[in-house]
Amino acid sequence: MDLLINDKKYNVAAEPGESLLNVLRNRLDLTGSKYGCGEGSCGACTVLIDGTAARSCITPAGTTVGKKIITIEGVAKNGELHAVQKAFLRADAFQCAYCAPGMVMSAVSLLGKTASPSETQIKAAMQGNICRCGTYPRIMKAIQEAANI
Amino acid sequence: MKEQKEKDPIAPEQYELRSPPPYEFSMNRRNFFGVLGSGLAITFTLGNLPGAALSGAETYNEDSVAAWIHINGEGKVTVYSGKAEVGQNIRTSLSQIVAEELHVPIDKITMVLGDTALTPYDRGTFGSRSIPYMGPQLRKAAATAREILLDMAASEWKADRASLFIEAGEIRQRASGKAINIGQLTKGKQLMKPVNDNVPVTPGDQWKVTGTSVPKVNGESFLTGKHKFTSDMALPDMLHGKMLRPPAYGATLLSADISAAKSMKGVTVVRDGDFIGVLAADLMVAGKALKAIKTEWKIPEHPSRDTIFEFLKAHAEKAEGSDNDSSRDIASGFDNAAVRESQTFYIDYIAHAPLEPRAGLAQWSGNKLTVWTGTQRPFGVQEDLAEVFNIPKENIRVIQPDTGSGYGGKHTGEAGIEAARLARDAGRPVKVVWTREEEFTWAYFRPAGVIEVKAAAASDGAVTTWEFQNYNSGGSGIETPYAVANKKIQFHPVASPLRQGSYRGLAATANVFARESVMNDLALQLNMDPLTFRLKNLKDERMKDVLEAAARKFNWGESKVAAGHGVGIACGSEKGGYVATCAEISTGDDGEVKVERVVVAFECGAIINPGHLENQIQGAVIQGLGGALFEYIDFKDGRILNPFFSKYRVPRFGDTPQLDVVMLNRKDIPSAGAGETPILGIAPAIRNAIVDATGKKLYTLPLIPKGLT
Repeated sequence: MDLLINDKKYNVAAEPGESLLNVLRNRLDLTGSKYGCGEGSCGACTVLIDGTAARSCITPAGTTVGKKIITIEGVAKNGELHAVQKAFLRADAFQCAYCAPGMVMSAVSLLGKTASPSETQIKAAMQGNICRCGTYPRIMKAIQEAANI
Repeated sequence: MKEQKEKDPIAPEQYELRSPPPYEFSMNRRNFFGVLGSGLAITFTLGNLPGAALSGAETYNEDSVAAWIHINGEGKVTVYSGKAEVGQNIRTSLSQIVAEELHVPIDKITMVLGDTALTPYDRGTFGSRSIPYMGPQLRKAAATAREILLDMAASEWKADRASLFIEAGEIRQRASGKAINIGQLTKGKQLMKPVNDNVPVTPGDQWKVTGTSVPKVNGESFLTGKHKFTSDMALPDMLHGKMLRPPAYGATLLSADISAAKSMKGVTVVRDGDFIGVLAADLMVAGKALKAIKTEWKIPEHPSRDTIFEFLKAHAEKAEGSDNDSSRDIASGFDNAAVRESQTFYIDYIAHAPLEPRAGLAQWSGNKLTVWTGTQRPFGVQEDLAEVFNIPKENIRVIQPDTGSGYGGKHTGEAGIEAARLARDAGRPVKVVWTREEEFTWAYFRPAGVIEVKAAAASDGAVTTWEFQNYNSGGSGIETPYAVANKKIQFHPVASPLRQGSYRGLAATANVFARESVMNDLALQLNMDPLTFRLKNLKDERMKDVLEAAARKFNWGESKVAAGHGVGIACGSEKGGYVATCAEISTGDDGEVKVERVVVAFECGAIINPGHLENQIQGAVIQGLGGALFEYIDFKDGRILNPFFSKYRVPRFGDTPQLDVVMLNRKDIPSAGAGETPILGIAPAIRNAIVDATGKKLYTLPLIPKGLT
């Protein structure tokens, strides 16, 4: 199948029903999207599909043919970090940072739809992303800061 | 254990101790410079054993706290330490310490961590030991390097040493304006110097780099997805490995038919007794092959969650504790007291659930083995590999890439060992990444426990009797900080039916919960404010300081609590850190308890990085919310029933309260670690707030797995 990932075309031989996450990580070496649960409940694998956050671990790769997929490797443009990444860096948000790519992707999706989200809206949009280190207050701060740019 | 605790207040406790290997440097002087290039190297061990790195084959005790600092010809500083970065941001704080003493910009420092071939032995990253033990040692090593560099410049310039100073990676002379990069001084030389134990280090009130909020040094690589966790790594010709797991704890394999799996294209099956794994270049194929194995198991009887507490009581071993005279009778003091509490607490097993599950990548080259794995004990994993493969550990290199967290849950190296066993048969590199279900089931848990407390106080509010019996949780945090003469405190180990081990704060999460709950309820009986009651019974000024700081920020006792809301307070101390926590909760009609507002005051001596300390404290409180309110491992007949994030609830954005952190900076007190102790206060503070709001006294952790009923 042909997939459009980070504005680049890939031809991949995926198994029927194979998850987009597996294709990204194990066939294309795009390992920025993480495995955390395999059931869409932790958010570590979040990517954008046509601009909307999606859990790539429960998204069959075949359903994304013809759609525009953006992964964490594709949010920075021409070597310049995305505003959300910059805000996360400034907030020094992370501890182990395994959740970081998924958090960034969910936040990019949110701000793409709602430029100035309220705290409640941020919490609702990020509820599916687990940070086991508990850095939520700093992530919240980073998203609010990115929204105000 | 007792003796060790007395010598060292932050010694690791039972679940952290493992028999360590005798230490040998894997790198001697010749290959040290061979690998690093020429320059200046500072080496040391705890106790400053003479000639440490020079001899190449000395045996050191298990407490060796060693590191090397090397300065190359370009002035690049490389620090080698066996510590593991698992999100506590030790890479940053140790860099700060070296930058401070050596007066080099922090971006000129590279920290090489957790690599058994490159770093000196370190028995593991646990017990909040990196800052109090490795920190001062590195500080001395960097200061020693600084002094030697000043000596070298003075001699080269034939200048008065007192006229020289070091700044921004250069030795400079005030009057002449002369300057030389430290790399130019060391270029082409092979100088190996031991640390000077008496070298002057920068006092806390003159810190410029330590004590500031330096951001995570390699933060960007995580935010762009560039950092390769073990689970992200790949080698040419690598195979993916999947392991056959038993259906239940204690199950033994009766039969396994591997023929169908074996006949699949591109699949290799490795069998070694009950150890069965499948390999394929394609992870999907490996998964299918695993499913194709037909097995029969014998499943023994096994305790379930609904019987675990009876089991723990019934199978308790001989007690150990600070007051081990079990014949002593403290009953009369209890019976005759003005107020009494007699309570039993039940603590569930909980999971660390690090977001990166266990992962290992292994490669054999002849009889030499390299394993990459996310572990808090790279040298421990090396030792385990040497044992299971019966090869000298000099033939084994374990590398620990910065890891997707641990919280005490990654002291082991299962995935690395499995990958190595599979790779040996395959003759190709093998990666094993555990699924979330495997991580929830076959890693280890924070111990379950039963805690029985009998306590009494006089009408003036003095605690008079304290009996505390802990079954299986562990001894950490079991001592009471309150002054009480008549006490008996005992810990009864149990052979746990589920695999258990270290957890953030260890048993202190359970022991402090029980203690602070009882203290709360005694205060209520006495009609005393729970803060006043605690302060009255405390002698430790540092504990009083955090309690008062938290109460002040929280406006404890000053503002009226809203209807349906309640407030609670708790405090604790472990591993050289002091924490006090105030919580305000509200209850809803649905039985949900919402934690509205939390204030935590924490003191761990001199603060190395305030930003990262605040982050650790917030993180500990939020992680602690899970264990306090809803996290538990459900199991029946040896099967884990909730091994998924969809069934095992962890704290999420919506659970995050308004969270204020007060950090007390005691520059006069050596820095302690901070990764664990801030977790201690949140569970009892919430529990006591629920009592305040509803009158309901809860005695379990988690408090409300099914909501407030």
